[in-house]
Amino acid sequence: MARRDTPEINAGSMADIAFLLLIFFLVTTTMNVDSGISKKLSEKPPPDYKPPIIKEKNIFEVNINRNNDLLVEGEEMKVEDLKEAAIKFIDNGGGIGKPGEDGTPGTACDYCEGERSESSSDHPNKAIISVQSDRGTEYGTYIKVQNELLKAYTVLRNRLSKQRYGMLYTDLEKRYKDSRGSDKEEFKKKVEDIKTSFPQIISDAEPTSAN
Amino acid sequence: MSKFKKKKKGLPAVNTAALPDIVFMLLFFFMVTTTMRETSLQIEAPSLPSATEIKKLEHKSLVSTIYVGKAKDTEKFGTGYNRIQLNDKIATPEDVPTFILRAREEVSEAEIPFMTTSIKADKQASVGTITDIRLKLRDVNALKLSYSTQTGADN
Repeated sequence: MARRDTPEINAGSMADIAFLLLIFFLVTTTMNVDSGISKKLSEKPPPDYKPPIIKEKNIFEVNINRNNDLLVEGEEMKVEDLKEAAIKFIDNGGGIGKPGEDGTPGTACDYCEGERSESSSDHPNKAIISVQSDRGTEYGTYIKVQNELLKAYTVLRNRLSKQRYGMLYTDLEKRYKDSRGSDKEEFKKKVEDIKTSFPQIISDAEPTSAN
Repeated sequence: MSKFKKKKKGLPAVNTAALPDIVFMLLFFFMVTTTMRETSLQIEAPSLPSATEIKKLEHKSLVSTIYVGKAKDTEKFGTGYNRIQLNDKIATPEDVPTFILRAREEVSEAEIPFMTTSIKADKQASVGTITDIRLKLRDVNALKLSYSTQTGADN
């Protein structure tokens, strides 16, 4: 009683099945990397907190109304011009900066290339950008404004980084992320240096509401 | 003599036995990389604003997402662009702290300061809604925030 050979299973259509599954997963896969404008919120102030008195000239006021129009330092402005205005304000360097945490007195901004006007900001680390928007402002406009302000900082940081380290700040940051070991420490120091030279101080004022 | 005349005509068939293997390999790659959306959107997919100065969000497990946009169920929630979705239902800003605290339970304590909240809001949403969310986030000390955007053209 010899056993009969089992007939071979035809595997010709296996590829078809696999292709079908493959195409299904190809279509459903989304490889989107989540990205966005990152922001660090300030901590909730204690109830008896008194806000520090800040000189008017160190505040760059941006107002957005409910019709998505911009009012910058009391003047109407287009979103496209905001970057230049912000650069001019941050880079002014008209006075001395904030004293260091260890008590060292503040120094004048020696890397600023602005007009050093008396009526504009003293130092990049004192320059505060305050964005006030209406409750009815469109979110898209709000993001556009934030983006323009961040662009201004990027321009300034790139400029300083080019002068000090011969490469753009954006490249510096990338190198810092990719580097390993002792290089990382070195790049970290450089990144921190640029960051503290032009700190991003953008505050969101409580929105106004007409109703 | 006839032996010389026997010439084989036509190309030999290409061996396709290894084809399924290749396809399976690709299949497994995509199966592994696919992430299914775990929450179904109750609002219409928001059209995100575009920006250039953006940072990538790292550590997906530490990101909790809040959606803001127009509800799909317009009869119940109206046609405004200011509906908030937490997890898989429409909520109000008052529910945000609970949402964040829930999310915190799932990660270890050391990682809590690195948790980020990503707001995926429609371009047409209003800043008031975003501010409400922001204030609630500040109440529970969830200070890292990311406004999700598309990568826009540099201009």
